[in-house]
Amino acid sequence: MNKAEQTRARVEAGLKRRYAAERRFRAYGLGAVLLGLAFVVLLFSTLVSQGWSAFRQAYVTLDVQYDAAIIDPEGTRDTATLSTADYAALVRASLKARFPEAQSRQETKALYALVSSSAAQAVQARILGDPSRIGGHERLTFLANDRVDQLLKGRIDRNLDEDSRSLTDQQVGWIDALAADGALSLHFNKGFFTQGDSREPEQAGVWGAVVGSLFTLGVTLLLSFPIGVSAAIYLEEFARRGKWTDLIEVNINNLAAVPSIVFGLLGLAVFLNFFGMPRSAPLVGGIVLTLLTLPTIIIASRAALKAVPPSIREAALGMGASRIQMVMHHVFPLAMPGILTGTIIGMARALGETAPLLMIGMVAFIVDVPKGLSDPATVLPVQVYLWADSAERAFVERTSAAILVLLAFLIVMNAAAVYLRNRFERRW
Amino acid sequence: MSHSVLLLALVVVAVLAYWVGKSRALSLVGGGRGIRNLHSLPSYYGFMAALWCAIPALIVMVLWVSAQDTVISKLVLSRLPSSVQSLDAGQLSLLKNDIRNVVSGAIPAESASPEVQAAAAGYRQLRSIADLSLVAVLLLVSGLGLFLARARIAPTLRARNSVEGVVEFMLMACSTLAIFVTVGIVLSVLYEALRFFHAVPVHEFVFGLKWSPQIAMRADQVGSSGAFGAVPLFLGTAVISGIAMLVAVPIGLFSAIYLAEYADRRFRSAVKPVLEILAGIPTVVYGFFAALTLGPFIRQLGESMGLEVASESALSAGLVMGIMIIPFVSSLADDMITAVPQSLRDGAYALGATRSETIRQVVLRAALPGIVGGVLLAISRAIGETMIVVMAAGLAANMTANPLAALTTVTVQIVTLLTGDQEFDSPKTLAAFALGLVLFCVTLLLNVVALRVVRKYREQYE
Repeated sequence: MNKAEQTRARVEAGLKRRYAAERRFRAYGLGAVLLGLAFVVLLFSTLVSQGWSAFRQAYVTLDVQYDAAIIDPEGTRDTATLSTADYAALVRASLKARFPEAQSRQETKALYALVSSSAAQAVQARILGDPSRIGGHERLTFLANDRVDQLLKGRIDRNLDEDSRSLTDQQVGWIDALAADGALSLHFNKGFFTQGDSREPEQAGVWGAVVGSLFTLGVTLLLSFPIGVSAAIYLEEFARRGKWTDLIEVNINNLAAVPSIVFGLLGLAVFLNFFGMPRSAPLVGGIVLTLLTLPTIIIASRAALKAVPPSIREAALGMGASRIQMVMHHVFPLAMPGILTGTIIGMARALGETAPLLMIGMVAFIVDVPKGLSDPATVLPVQVYLWADSAERAFVERTSAAILVLLAFLIVMNAAAVYLRNRFERRW
Repeated sequence: MSHSVLLLALVVVAVLAYWVGKSRALSLVGGGRGIRNLHSLPSYYGFMAALWCAIPALIVMVLWVSAQDTVISKLVLSRLPSSVQSLDAGQLSLLKNDIRNVVSGAIPAESASPEVQAAAAGYRQLRSIADLSLVAVLLLVSGLGLFLARARIAPTLRARNSVEGVVEFMLMACSTLAIFVTVGIVLSVLYEALRFFHAVPVHEFVFGLKWSPQIAMRADQVGSSGAFGAVPLFLGTAVISGIAMLVAVPIGLFSAIYLAEYADRRFRSAVKPVLEILAGIPTVVYGFFAALTLGPFIRQLGESMGLEVASESALSAGLVMGIMIIPFVSSLADDMITAVPQSLRDGAYALGATRSETIRQVVLRAALPGIVGGVLLAISRAIGETMIVVMAAGLAANMTANPLAALTTVTVQIVTLLTGDQEFDSPKTLAAFALGLVLFCVTLLLNVVALRVVRKYREQYE
């Protein structure tokens, strides 16, 4: 056997092992990719399976007697009396009329707990809308209590022992009776999209948080877009290389990697304590998020400006345009799709940001939908955080549903960015 | 009149000035036909007039508004009867608060004392005078600016150059904002942290083994309780970030290798965006997932194996944080791997190496500095991550490295210290800024090192 054959024999002896190693390595790679994909699927399927049911809500239909003796015993019909009357008593009476078997104090209390506390306000609104209804009766649809809702959705196990679920056997019986009449059923949950936060899960909605997010993002956009684009234009088109420009660049790159909570500390120390701006306000939240998104926008805008070929600039300058005219008339419009894409991605990041807003007090429990930039407000991700902390079972599905709303906004924004990129991006 | 209305009015005046300036320039050269006698296009004369009109007025307005409240408060206080003036500082500031509340309508006027009511009325009166005079001054300033600009306009005036000078200055001012933000972060965090270190010595904070800020609420124990030792927090942060890196680095690296070296174009373009979804999901969502799905699952799993698992274990927070960081690691590693020149691979193939041998012994070694840089960036991400740990990790500062126990991190403590009550003198709130300072410094260091490594590596193959 000569030397070449020996080598060949050694190589061939090792080949099997080496090919096995090759296949293993490849399998690890594919496994890692599949694991990553599995996480995406797991995350979304968990959220959807927990959250979709919150878009439907249990409503009870009851026959309500507008008893004049309770609403307005003296018959004055003036608004002060009508708006302070005990409407909850009317709701209680109609429940009692439906289930006369509830006798003891404990039983009636359990019965009244089936209907949400917002029912009284619904009755009040009917009466204030038209006081002539007093004395008559009407079938009204109310929100059911969150536990009724959870039972109908199968999230409370009715086979459990009475003591280990939050509804008594008797309540379950009443709920079944109402459902059998068709007086209790699941409908589209309009309140979830039109109301602010509430301590009662069945009354809690995301609208307040959505409006807060819109105000906050509006401030962020109005500040960060002009400032970020101006900074990018200056750095890319006007600045001469030097110590000063290097310092700015290093700063921008470092700010892009500073943990977001540090921006919250800055907001707390500077805007709230030093300048005395209002706590929990979208204005301050917007400013803090501006500082947070500026590096993203500047970096993306610079990349977009850099992608415009120098020949455009030379042609403009050659035709006698000033540098500002060259940028404003030619370079900037050509870089616009890239800049917008970067801005949208920055805004999407700002929309999902929570930690810095906790620092400036946007975690307060706020029922009212904010009306202005300095009203106390909360934003969608903070609302998710607040609900995730709540003890009630029914808040879990609302949290998932709020996350779905948040993700829907993010998907729309990212889709817009992708569309802009594909539609307007030019390769030179 | 509210300030936003004033601003709007200023904009209207500026638009007016634009037209005045433009038509003045045109009329000087006898309308559109003589336009070539002008130095600049007519609109530049308009812009110049608008800037002359708006900029001084804007500066005056900002100064006025920022000084107005202080001046009025001083005036109101000086008008108070002497019996009130002789009060000590604490009571005086209480009184000031009362007056302010009455003015803003936060408390009804009837419930306040007569002096306060009188002072509030005086305040209101002064404020309305101030508002009116502000309007007058602004009108005067902008009118004067417009008048001067109009007088200056001549066919030889280099209007474009002056307008462009202003624009360029504004562009430059915007770009320096990044420096101000950094300085602002450093100064504000450092200032509060130094106040904290007056109460608690630095070495106690950095080397202390016990963290329980609540005890320090009692005055007799401030600083002397030794409750501000941050080591448990550093340990917790390290354990949770370590778990995250154990998840993220192998999965991220291997998927980057697969996507860059093995996958065909179609698979790659389909899978990569999906993996990047993980990077775009808000961290609250991960926190919710960790706290409500993974946490209970791990606890049940541990119990079925006879292990004692805390319901807010470091493991669940770390795992979910790792999932979050996967796309970060994988896209950085992907960049680094694709930056390795094809010639190196071809050389290895020519020597008879299999693909995986080429990747392990040539590509990864060539890309190693870049990948290390990427991992450092990922660590700084993990350390600074807040919402996942706030929602899924514990609050108790345990001195243990057991991943099944509840651990707390620096960011969790910052959030819990600052979202409760707000006294700005207690070491409890100031401690949050000291933690923030540590966080800022550590992540800054990691980033600077990582960016330097990555940049150096990139240059190598360019």
